[in-house]
Amino acid sequence: MPERVNEIIRSPGFWVTVWRRFLRDPVALAAALVVLGLILMAVFAPWIAPQDPFQGMSLRRLKPPGTEGYPLGTDELGRDMLSRLIHGARISLFMGIVPVLCALFIGAAIGIVAGYSGGWTNTLLMRTVDVFFAFPSVLLAVALAGALGPGMTNGLIALTLVFIPPIARVAESVTTGVRSRDFVEAAKASGAGALLIIRKHVLGNVLGPIFVYAMSLVAVSMILAAGLSFLGLGVKPPQPDWGLMLNTLRTAMYTQPLLCALPGVMIFITSISFNLMTDGLRSAMDIKA
Amino acid sequence: MRESDNVPLLEVRGLVKHFPVKRNLLGRATSVVSAVDGVDFDLRQGETLGVVGESGCGKSTTARLLMHLIEPSAGTIRFGGKTVGSAALPLKEFRRQVQLVFQDSYASLNPRLTVEESIAFGPMVHGTARTQAQARTHALLERVGLDPRRFAGRFTHELSGGQRQRVNIARALALQPRILVLDEAVSALDKSVEAQVLNLLLDLKQEFGLSYVFISHDLEVVRFMAARVLVMYLGRVAELAPTEALYTDSRHPYTTALVGSLLSMNPDRRTEAAPISGDPPNPIDPPPGCRFHTRCPHAEPVCAAGVPGLGMRAQEHWVACHMGDPMSGHSKAPARAA
Amino acid sequence: MILYATKRVLLTLPIMLGVTIVCFALVHLAPGDPLISVLPPDASQSIKEQMMALYGFDRPYHEQFLRWLWRVLQGDIGTSIRTGRPVSTEISKAVGNTLMLAALATCIGFLLGTLFGFVAGYFRDTWIDKTASALSVFGVSVPHYWLGMVLVIVFAATLGWLPPTGAGPGGSEDWKWDWVHFKYLILPAVTMSVIPMGIIARTVRALVAEILSQEFVVGLRAKGLSEVGIFGHVVKNAAPTALAVMGIQLGYLLGGSILIETVFAWPGTGLLLNDAIFQRDLPLLQGTILVLAMFFVVLNLAVDVMQTMLDPRIQRA
Repeated sequence: MPERVNEIIRSPGFWVTVWRRFLRDPVALAAALVVLGLILMAVFAPWIAPQDPFQGMSLRRLKPPGTEGYPLGTDELGRDMLSRLIHGARISLFMGIVPVLCALFIGAAIGIVAGYSGGWTNTLLMRTVDVFFAFPSVLLAVALAGALGPGMTNGLIALTLVFIPPIARVAESVTTGVRSRDFVEAAKASGAGALLIIRKHVLGNVLGPIFVYAMSLVAVSMILAAGLSFLGLGVKPPQPDWGLMLNTLRTAMYTQPLLCALPGVMIFITSISFNLMTDGLRSAMDIKA
Repeated sequence: MRESDNVPLLEVRGLVKHFPVKRNLLGRATSVVSAVDGVDFDLRQGETLGVVGESGCGKSTTARLLMHLIEPSAGTIRFGGKTVGSAALPLKEFRRQVQLVFQDSYASLNPRLTVEESIAFGPMVHGTARTQAQARTHALLERVGLDPRRFAGRFTHELSGGQRQRVNIARALALQPRILVLDEAVSALDKSVEAQVLNLLLDLKQEFGLSYVFISHDLEVVRFMAARVLVMYLGRVAELAPTEALYTDSRHPYTTALVGSLLSMNPDRRTEAAPISGDPPNPIDPPPGCRFHTRCPHAEPVCAAGVPGLGMRAQEHWVACHMGDPMSGHSKAPARAA
Repeated sequence: MILYATKRVLLTLPIMLGVTIVCFALVHLAPGDPLISVLPPDASQSIKEQMMALYGFDRPYHEQFLRWLWRVLQGDIGTSIRTGRPVSTEISKAVGNTLMLAALATCIGFLLGTLFGFVAGYFRDTWIDKTASALSVFGVSVPHYWLGMVLVIVFAATLGWLPPTGAGPGGSEDWKWDWVHFKYLILPAVTMSVIPMGIIARTVRALVAEILSQEFVVGLRAKGLSEVGIFGHVVKNAAPTALAVMGIQLGYLLGGSILIETVFAWPGTGLLLNDAIFQRDLPLLQGTILVLAMFFVVLNLAVDVMQTMLDPRIQRA
C-alpha cells in the first residue's frame, strides 16, 4: 500500500525540534555564527591572512597595533600578528575539538557498555575510570604532557586521556537510566539482542546528552591546550598557536601590553562562543514532554 | 474434545526469584528479598487468568519472570508442553509467543521512535522485511482504533495515555503472540478510557485467539476480565479459583478480606468482618509458616509453625490455608475423613 | 553514619592504589633514559649501569613498583635527581604556599559565586539573572592564565598598586602575614577565584531555582511566611551541595595551580612541577603529582562524608 504510506502525517523528529528551538535562541545562534566564522577562518587561513605568519624581520619587532601594514602589530620576532592570529585558529580549534572527539568515541563506548551491562563489567570499568578522576584535570594533563614531553601529538594524547573519564561517567549514568526503562524491557521481550537494543533503543536516548556534555568540554580542552602551550608543553615554536604566542609575548608585557593580550582575547572569544552555543543546545534539548 | 484442551498452554512450576538487597563490602549478598517464592499455575488456551494482590506481592516480578526478562532463581516454565529455554523451545522463539504490556504506557515506548518504528521493531527483529512490517503495523493500528495516517508518524509524547496504551497493545500483537501478559495495563488510565481499552482487549482476544495473564490490583476489573483468578500474598499463591467461586465463596482469609473490602451495591451482602489491617510484612524477612498469619484473624500457633500447601478444596479451587487442611491441626480445619 | 564513613574510606583505598599505579607509570611513560638529566652525555656505559642500579631502574616493573610503593607507604617519596634533596622536603614548603593561595581563591570564588548564583536563581529569568549568568559564563570561559596577565598589566604595570609577581619583596620566599606580603597574594588569588566563581554561581543558581519551584516553598508562601523566612529555608536546602562543590573546587585549584603560579611566579607546587618537567627531574615530578592527587582524593572523601552528615538523604545513593 505505498500510496497510503505517503499520506501519513509525520511529526518532526527530536533533532528537528531541537534545531528549531535552537534557531529561536538569539544568543546561542550568535555564538554559533561566531564559531562558524572561526572555523571558516581556520580552514581558509592561508587565503585570508595578509602576510606569511612565519616570516619575521628584526627591524619591525613588537610594533603596536595600528602600525601601517600590520593592523594588529608585530610580535617579538617581527611577524605579523594578524596573520599569526588567523593561522592560530587552526591549532587552537584542532586542539579544542579533536581530543574531545577522540575522548567522545572512547568514553561513550566505555560508558555505554558499562551502563548497559551493569554488574561486574560496570564495576570494573567505572572503578578504573574513577582512578583517573582522582586527578584534577589540569594536573593530569600537565602530568601526562610533562612525562610524554612537549609536542602537539603528546598534547593531543594527554588531553584525550583527560576527557575520557568524565565522558565515560556521563555516558554510564545516562545509559543506566535508560536501561531500566520499560521500553528496553519491551525490546528484550521482542527477542532483540543486546547490540540491536543498544543501537536502536539506547543510542538515540543517550547520544544527545553525551554529545552536549562533550561539547561543553571543547572550550575546556582549548583553554587547557593553550595552557599547555603556554607552559611550553604543547605546540613547539614557531607554530602559530594562541597559547604559545601568549608565552612568547610575555616578555613584552610591560612594553606592549595590548599586543600581548591579543592571543588571549582570541582564546576567550572562541571558548565563550563554544560555551554559549553549548548552553543554547542544552536548553533546546531540554524538551519537557 | 481437542488435544490442546488437555495440555495447558503455559505451565508454571515452582517459580522462585530472590533479589539480593544488601551486599557486604565484597559484593556478596547478605540478605535477599523473596519477591516470588514458589508459584505454580497453569494458563489454558483461550482463557484469561487474573492475578491479584497488594502492591509488592510479586505480581510484576511474576510477569517479568514469565517473559524471562529476569532470570528465575528456580522453577520451570513450559509452553505447549515444551520447556522454555531448552533446545525444543529457544528463548527467542518463546518470546515471540508471549508478549507483555506494561503499566506505564509512557515509559514503555521509546521517546525517540515514532509509533510506527516502535511497533515494527519486533517483527523486524524476527526477520520480517521493513515494508511488510510497516503494513502489519498499519493494520494493527487500525485494529486497535488508531488511524494509521494520523498516528503512525507520531512520537509518544504527542499521544494521550489511552492512545499510548493502544500503541503498546498493537506493539505486543505485532509478533502475533499467543499469550499477552497485561501487567496493570489499564491501571493508569481514566475510568472511561479504561473501559474502552478493556473492551478492546476482549475483542482482540476473540479475534486473535489469545490467552491473557491479567495482572491488576483492581478486583472489579479482574472480575470483569478473568475466568480464573490467582491471589498472591508476599510472593506466594494464596488461592486460585474460578472467578465466581473466588468472589462468592473465598476460602483463604486473605482473599475474604480483599473481597470484603469491595463496595457492594447490595446491603445484604455487606460484610461485618474487620477489613484487613496493617501493612504487609517486610519481604526481606517474611514471617515463618503461613506468611499471612501476622495479619490473619484466624491465626493459631500452627500457622506460624508450618507452611500451608496449595490444596484443592473444591472443583478447580486451590487454597493454601491450614484451615482447609484436615491434617493441619488448626482448630477450624474440617474434621478428618473417617 | 560511622558505618557509611568507614565504607566510604574502604572504597577509596583501591582508588588510592590506582593513583599510585598511574603515578608510577608516568615515569615509565616518559621517553628516553630517566637519568638523562643528571648524567653527562658522554657518560660511559658502566657509569650508566651503576646509576641505573642505584636508582633501581634495572629491575622488572612490578618489582620496581612494589619497592617504590613500600617506600611511599613509609613516607619516602623519592629523591630529587637535580638537587639531591628528598622530594618530600621540596614539596612541603610549596604545598603550604599553594594551599594558602587556593584557599583564599576558593573563599573569594565561593562568596562571589554564591552571591551571583543566589541573585540569579531568586530573580530567575529577569535581566538580573541574565547579567549574573553572563558573569558565570565569563568565569568558566576565560583562560585564567591570560586573565592573570591582564590583571598584572592593569594593576601592577599601569596602576602600580600591587606587585606583579613573586611572594615577597626582593624575591624572598619567606612568607609573613603582613600587608607587604599579603599584597603579593591578591592578584593570583583573585585570578584563580574566577574558575570556582563561575562553577559555584551555576550550581547555586540551579539549586535555588529548583528549591523555589518545589511544593514546600509554595506551601510556605501560602502559609504567609515572609521572604526572609523563605530565604532561610533556601539556604538550609542549598548549603550542603554548595559546600560540597566548594570543597571539590578547592581540590581542583590545588592540583591545577600550575598555570597561575607560572604567571605570577608564585613559589608553590605548580612552579615546582614546572621546574620538574623542564629539568626532567622525574622523581620530583612523580612525587609532586602523587602528593597532589592524594590530597585531591582525601579532600573528595572528606567532602563526601561531610555532605552526608549535613544531608542524610544522600546516603542512600
